[in-house]
Amino acid sequence: MNLTLHVWRQKARNTTGQFVTYKATDVSPDASFLEMLDVVNETLIEKGEEPILFEHDCREGICGSCGMMINGVAHGPIGGTATCQLHMRHFKDGDNIRIEPWRARAFPVIKDLVVDRGSLDRIIQAGGYISVNTGNAPEANMILVPKAVQELSMDAAACIQCGACVAQCPNGAAQLFTSAKVAHLGVLPQGQPERYERVVKMVEVMEEMFGSCTNYGECEAVCPKEISIDFIARMNRDYLVAQFRGPRSTILPPLFNTEEELVTNET
Amino acid sequence: MSWLTNFYRSAVGKKAVMAVTGVFLFGWIFAHMVGNLKLYLGAEHLNEYAKWLRVMGSPAMPNSSLLWLARAALVVATWLHVQAATQLTLMNRAARPIAYGEREYPAATYAARTMRWGGVIIILFVIYHLLHLTLGVHVNPAPFIEGDPYHNVVAGFQIWWVSAFYIIANLALGLHLYHGLWSMFQSLGLNTPKFNAWRRNFATAFAAIITAANISFPLAVMLGFVR
Repeated sequence: MNLTLHVWRQKARNTTGQFVTYKATDVSPDASFLEMLDVVNETLIEKGEEPILFEHDCREGICGSCGMMINGVAHGPIGGTATCQLHMRHFKDGDNIRIEPWRARAFPVIKDLVVDRGSLDRIIQAGGYISVNTGNAPEANMILVPKAVQELSMDAAACIQCGACVAQCPNGAAQLFTSAKVAHLGVLPQGQPERYERVVKMVEVMEEMFGSCTNYGECEAVCPKEISIDFIARMNRDYLVAQFRGPRSTILPPLFNTEEELVTNET
Repeated sequence: MSWLTNFYRSAVGKKAVMAVTGVFLFGWIFAHMVGNLKLYLGAEHLNEYAKWLRVMGSPAMPNSSLLWLARAALVVATWLHVQAATQLTLMNRAARPIAYGEREYPAATYAARTMRWGGVIIILFVIYHLLHLTLGVHVNPAPFIEGDPYHNVVAGFQIWWVSAFYIIANLALGLHLYHGLWSMFQSLGLNTPKFNAWRRNFATAFAAIITAANISFPLAVMLGFVR
């Protein structure tokens, strides 16, 4: 099949880019979208032109590196797939395909289709972890976790941090990503001690860089891991509860600081 | 109180405020619609209802005091709703400074995408509506008679463009409620698998009921059922 590609080309950060049209000829319907771009790049290299830069690593939908807007939809038209899992059989011979990088203030373009997704790491650094004493791994059955809770946690933990939710959101919001990272720890017993502190810290950092949620549901539709916006509601609830509990504490402050004080207050 | 300002400063907090004020405004609009159904019972019933609104709460409270309390609450709720929406819209615009060359919406409904402009239409309509039927300012050729809302409504709706504006505004309101009544559950974190399907049903049902009833008033006058 033959296709016409309109690809965003941008030399570096803070330079202006533009769409450049390329012909992709004899594309195999069994090729993945990235393989199709590889073939186009081969022809560009042969002609002595700069190949189209795009991020990729595992090419099996688990690393979250690849990702681009394909005809105005993050990861293309299929849903539930990363760009590497999208195959050319979903396109028709003669199609025009517009390929753009993720667009958000928090995702500056590095070159062509590659963006800097470091903003998502900042959200994780704010609280996407649990604090534990290091040492030997604890015995796995020490803390029993109901099956349904394990499943819920795994549904959230499926997030591969690709950034499609931000890219697709009309508000450039990172709610689906953040809520998944809040939830996969927040539903487990190990995540409870920092549950409310975590959600406040992560939401605060998120809101410094990204937009806000207006419940369009676009993120859920393009998420390669089909993460549900139910997690966004969960994050909102935890955030509201955290504010009512007191912003930065999970345990009520002790009524009396020391035994001494306790004694003096009693007498 | 600092937690309250911190809370309102956050976008998640603002959405919660929008949800709570939205529920209040929805409740009020529903009551307003139910009261206005008295139009179909005749002039006497509607005018008596209008008079009751002014003495509502008495003798426990002075005449009109409850009415003014309700009006004050409506102004505060509307102000917070619009202020939060405006601030969030600006935040969201800033989050994507460079627009896409092409974009599709695989999930967002027409209602969700028209929330902002729909809200503007509703606010402009509310201003017109207050001038028309509450303050009795001469915003259309129909004469205004103080204390006779039945006459004011019927005379107003006999002018085609007044009716048209009411119908358009209520369609916008219907779309706003269709998304807003569902969205509020998400914003407040009210999400449980057993209950989730009902959130959509609730929003659809009440958006449809309110829109249909409100639009029926100008239509009934235009078609001559109410005169």
